[in-house]
Amino acid sequence: MPKLTIDDMEVTVEAGTSLLQAAEQLGIEVPRFCYHDRLSVAGNCRMCLMEVEGAPKLAASCTAPCGEDMKVHTKSEKVKTAQKGVMEMMLINHPLDCPICDQGGECDLQDQSVAYGFDRSRFLDNKRSVKNKDLGPLVKTTMTRCIHCTRCVRFGEEVAGIEELGVLNRGEHLEIGTYVEQMITSELSGNLVDVCPVGALTSKPYAFKARPWELTKTETIDVMDAVGSNIRVDSRGNEVLRVLPRLHEDVNEEWISDKTRHACDGLKMGRLDKPYLKNSKGKLKPVSWNDAFEAISAKIKVTDGSKIAAVVGDLCDCESIMALKDVMHLLGSPHLECRSDGSKFNPYIPSGYNFNTSIAGVEDADLIILIGTNPRLEAAMLNARIYKNWRDNKVKVAVIGSHIDVNYPYVHLGTGSETLQDLIAGKHDFDETLKNAKKPMLILGTGATMRNDGLAVHALACEFAEHYNMIQDDWNGFNLLHMSASRMGALALGFTPKLENGGHDLDGIVKASSKGNLDILYVMGADDLPFDKLGDDTFVIYQGHHGDKGAAHADVVLPSVAYTEKNATYINTEGRVQIARKATFPVGDAKEDWTILRSLSAYLGRPLPYDNLLELRERMVQENDLFNHVDEVIAQPWNKVIASDISVNKVPFKLPMADFYQTNVICRASGTMQECTDAFFSANIKKRRVNG
Amino acid sequence: MLADKDRIFTNLYGWESPNLAAAKKRGDWDGTKKLIAKGREWIIDEVKKSGLRGRGGAGFPTGLKWSFMPKEGDRPQYLVINADESEPGTCKDRDILRHDPHKLVEGALLASFAMGAKASYIYIRGEFYNEAVAMQKAIDEAYEAGLIGKNACKTGWDFDLYVHRGAGAYICGEESALLNSLEGKKGMPRNKPPFPAMAGLYSCPTTVNNVETIASVGEILRRGGDWFSSFGNERNHGTKLFCISGHVNRPCNVEEELGIPLRELIEKHAGGVRGGWDNLLAVIPGGSSTPMLPKSICDTVEMDFDSLREVQSGLGTAGVIVMDKSTDIVQAITRLSQFYSHESCGQCTPCREGTGWLWEQMKRMTRGEALIEDIDVMLDVCSEIEGNTICALGEAAVWPVQGLVRHFRSEIERRIVEYRKTLVA
Repeated sequence: MPKLTIDDMEVTVEAGTSLLQAAEQLGIEVPRFCYHDRLSVAGNCRMCLMEVEGAPKLAASCTAPCGEDMKVHTKSEKVKTAQKGVMEMMLINHPLDCPICDQGGECDLQDQSVAYGFDRSRFLDNKRSVKNKDLGPLVKTTMTRCIHCTRCVRFGEEVAGIEELGVLNRGEHLEIGTYVEQMITSELSGNLVDVCPVGALTSKPYAFKARPWELTKTETIDVMDAVGSNIRVDSRGNEVLRVLPRLHEDVNEEWISDKTRHACDGLKMGRLDKPYLKNSKGKLKPVSWNDAFEAISAKIKVTDGSKIAAVVGDLCDCESIMALKDVMHLLGSPHLECRSDGSKFNPYIPSGYNFNTSIAGVEDADLIILIGTNPRLEAAMLNARIYKNWRDNKVKVAVIGSHIDVNYPYVHLGTGSETLQDLIAGKHDFDETLKNAKKPMLILGTGATMRNDGLAVHALACEFAEHYNMIQDDWNGFNLLHMSASRMGALALGFTPKLENGGHDLDGIVKASSKGNLDILYVMGADDLPFDKLGDDTFVIYQGHHGDKGAAHADVVLPSVAYTEKNATYINTEGRVQIARKATFPVGDAKEDWTILRSLSAYLGRPLPYDNLLELRERMVQENDLFNHVDEVIAQPWNKVIASDISVNKVPFKLPMADFYQTNVICRASGTMQECTDAFFSANIKKRRVNG
Repeated sequence: MLADKDRIFTNLYGWESPNLAAAKKRGDWDGTKKLIAKGREWIIDEVKKSGLRGRGGAGFPTGLKWSFMPKEGDRPQYLVINADESEPGTCKDRDILRHDPHKLVEGALLASFAMGAKASYIYIRGEFYNEAVAMQKAIDEAYEAGLIGKNACKTGWDFDLYVHRGAGAYICGEESALLNSLEGKKGMPRNKPPFPAMAGLYSCPTTVNNVETIASVGEILRRGGDWFSSFGNERNHGTKLFCISGHVNRPCNVEEELGIPLRELIEKHAGGVRGGWDNLLAVIPGGSSTPMLPKSICDTVEMDFDSLREVQSGLGTAGVIVMDKSTDIVQAITRLSQFYSHESCGQCTPCREGTGWLWEQMKRMTRGEALIEDIDVMLDVCSEIEGNTICALGEAAVWPVQGLVRHFRSEIERRIVEYRKTLVA
C-alpha cells in the first residue's frame, strides 16, 4: 500500500495502482486519449504526463506505478508545457474539420485542446491525409482524423474478441485498418465508435443527424435481449436518434450490442398509430378507441372465460403484463402464456428459470457448458463476459448442441440430450473434467427447451447440474438463458398456464383454436406465434406497436407504445428488476399498454383497481416481492425441476436464432438492421468481405 | 596509441579466418571452463571491476545491469544480444559478427551463466544476411565442439544460443522494441517500467546487451577486470571500437583506448581529415543521433562518455562522422531528420508527428524558406519531443537538430536572409 503525495495531497493506494488512477482518486483531472478504464494500457498518447520529483523525465501516468513516498505534480510548469506540446503534435496532422465532424461537441480532442492546448497553429506544412476504410454498415471512418490511440484495436482484441483491426505501417504513415479491407464482424462493433476519442470512427446510421447538445438524454433499459443492458436514449423532438450504453458494472459494463444500439430507427417505421377493426369484408379499417373497445367488450361478454387465452410477446413490460393478467383473471381465463416462442421449460420454479449465476458471476466460473445456445447471438453482453473470463483465466467452455461461431475455443461434447445422459452415467470422456471443476456452470438455451421434450430436457439439465456439483452453498451454476426482455417479468408475475384450472400452454392454445374451442386470443406484442394454425373462429385481439405478423392476423388491433415511449419495469434474465424511462411520446393515437387494459376493464364494467403507475406497481409488489428490490439480484433457493415424463428424444438441439439482426418487430422495421442482415447474413457476404 | 597486445578484437579486419580453430589460436575459448568454475558472483564482480559500460550507446555500467537480474526464481531468464546495428555511421558490430564471431559466442555463454540464463538470442539486423550466416556457422561449430549446448564446456551448465534475423527496422534496435519483435509482435518500444530485468522477453527477466559488450567479456575475464580498467579515463575505462567515416583519408574501424583525443583518433587511424585538420567543419562523434561538434571543440575533446557529455554531445556508439568544409551542414542534418522521421515507429504522439514536422522544417531551413523566428519554433518542437516519448528515438531525432542550431545557427540565418533577398529582387 504505497503512500504518495500528488499535488501536495497525500493518498494511500493499493500496490500496482497507476499514478493516473491515484490522481483520479484525489479528484484530479488528468487529460488522456489512449487510456481507457476497461482496456489494457498503451501509454502512447503521452497526454497524461506527470512530473515525479527525482525522475529525469516526465512519466506517462497511465503506465507509471505508484511508489512509496513519491512526490508527484500534475500541474507544474514542466507538465503544462509538455502537455501543450503533445496537444500541438496531436493537432498538426488532425484536420480541423470540427464543423462537419459528427464527434463535434463530444470530442475529447476538442475539449482537451481548449483546456490544454495552444490557441493557434504553428504548423505551416501540408497535413497528412489517410484513405478511409470500409468497416461495414455501422462504423463510418474518417481516418485522417485518427490520433492513433489504438483504443479500437485494443477493444477489438480484449472485449469483442476479434483480431480484425490493427496498426499498419509506421511513423507518420501509421494507420488503423484491417490490412485486407473487410467488415468488422462483431456484434459489438458499435462500441468502437464510443471508444474512439475523436471523430475517426463515427456511427454510420447516425451520420450528420444531430449535434449532441440538441439531444434530450434519457437513461433507460434496453429490450432487444434478456440481458437488460443499461442504455441512454438520445432523442430530439419525438424522434429517437441514437442509443448509447450506460455504465452498469454487473450487467453490460459500458458496452452494448449493435442491435441495442442501432435498431432504434425501427421505432419510426411500420408503427401502429390508430386502432383497427376488421370490417364485414374481413379488412382491417381504422376505428376510434371507443369502437374498438366496444367491439372487444361485446365479444368478451358473450364468451366463457375458459375459451379466452392470452399470450405475451417479447418486448412487454411488467406493468402491462400485470394488467393483462388481472384482466384475464377477472374474465376467468386459465390460459395465460408468456413462452411465446413455444419453449417448454418449467415456468413455476424460479431457480429453474433464472440465470442463477448472474451475469457478472460468469467471470468466476471455471467451466462453462453451453447447452443448445449461442450466447454470442442470444445475449451478446453475456458472451462478452464469457470471452473476458476466457481471456483472463482461460476458462474451459464446452458445447452441447450445434457447433457455434464464438470468439473463444470450446470443446464439443455432443449434439443433444443423450450427451447429458451419457455424462451423468459417467460414459463420457469429459466426465473427469466436469468433476474436477470448482465452479462449473451450465447455460441452458432456448434451443434445448423449444421442443416437445423441452420439459424433460429442463429436468435433465437440473439433474446434470446437481450431479456435477453446480449447486453449492455460495454458487449456483444452473442457468436458463432467456432471449426476450419480457420473459422474466412475465414469469415473476405468474403469467403462466393455470394448470389447476386446466390452463393450456402455447401448443394447447393453438390446438384448441384449431379445433374451434378457443373464441378469443389476446395477443400482447407476440408476433412469432403460429398464426396460420389458429382456427378461423378465434377472435384475435392484437395489442402492440408495430404492424408486423401479429397485427396482420388480428381482428382488432390496439396500438400501444414501444420501449422508449413508456415508464416501465423489466426483469432481465438474472432476475434483476430495472426501471425504464420514457424518452419520447407515443405515436398517433397509441396508448401505453397498461392504460389500454385499464380502459378495456372499464368497458367490461369491472375496472382494474389502479389508476396510475404507482398503484399498479404496488399491485406488482403484491404479486411478487421481487419488485421491491430494484436493481438487485436476489438469489433463488434451489428447487429442482422434475418432469413426470422424463423421456427425451435424440433429435439434436437446434439453435433458435438464425439472424441476430431480425429478432423482434423493432429490428424487422429497422433499415439499419436490414443492412446488417444483408451484409453479414445474406448470400453476398463473400463478395462484401473480399472487397478490395 | 593502444598496443597490439592490448587489443581485444584481434581479427577485426578479417585478415584471419573466423572459424573455431583460428579463433582458438587467437585465444578465444581458452580456459572458459575455469572462468565458469569461479562462479556467477566472481564474473559479475570482475565485470563491475573492469568498469565496462554498455557499448550500444547509453553507456550503462554492464556489471550493474547484470546484477539487476533476479538471483533465483521459477521463471526462465534470458540474455538477448542486440546485433541490430542500424545507427548511421556505426559498423563495429558487423565486423565482430563476421570476423570474430567466437568472441561473441564465448561472451554469451559467460554472460548467460553469470545471470542464470539458459538461453540467449542474438537479434541480427535483417540486412546483415552474410553476418547472420557467419554467426550461425560459429554457433554450429561451438555446438559441435561441445562449447555450448548441453553441458557447455563440460561445466554442467546447459546453454543454448539462437540467431534471429530482424526485418530491417531501426527501431528494433531499441531494447524493448527488439523484445517485441523477437516475440513476433510489431517492433514497437514498450513502456518502462517494467524494465526488461523484471519483465522482458516473454515477460521473463531479460538482459539486453550490445554485441561489443558481450564480445569483450571473455577477454576481460581472462585478463582480469583490473587490466581492462587500466585503460581510459576515470569512470570511462577500457578499449572501444571506433568507426570513423566521412571526409577522412582512410575511413576505418579501429579499437582504441577510451578517452583518446578525437584529433589523435582521426589523424592516427583515419589518415586525417581530407584537406588537412584545418579543413574540418564538424564531427558527429557517436553515431548519427549525437549532436555534432564544431572544429573548435574537436580540437581538444577526448572520446569518452563523460567528456563528450560535458560538451553537450555523447559517445553513443562511437561512430565518428567527419565533415569537412565542403559539407552542406544544414542539408546533412536534414537527411538525418528524414531518417528519423522514416524510422519512427509511430506509436507515441510526439515522435510520430514531431519527427515528420522537424524534417519538413529542416527542408525549409536548407533552402532558407523561413523566418528567423522559425528557428526558435523548431527548437520548441525539439523540446516538445525530447523527454516526452516512450523510447529514446525522440531524443535521437532532435539532438542532431539541436546540435546544428547550437553551433551553426549563423549558417541557417544566413540562408534565410539570402532567400529573403531573392524574394525582394
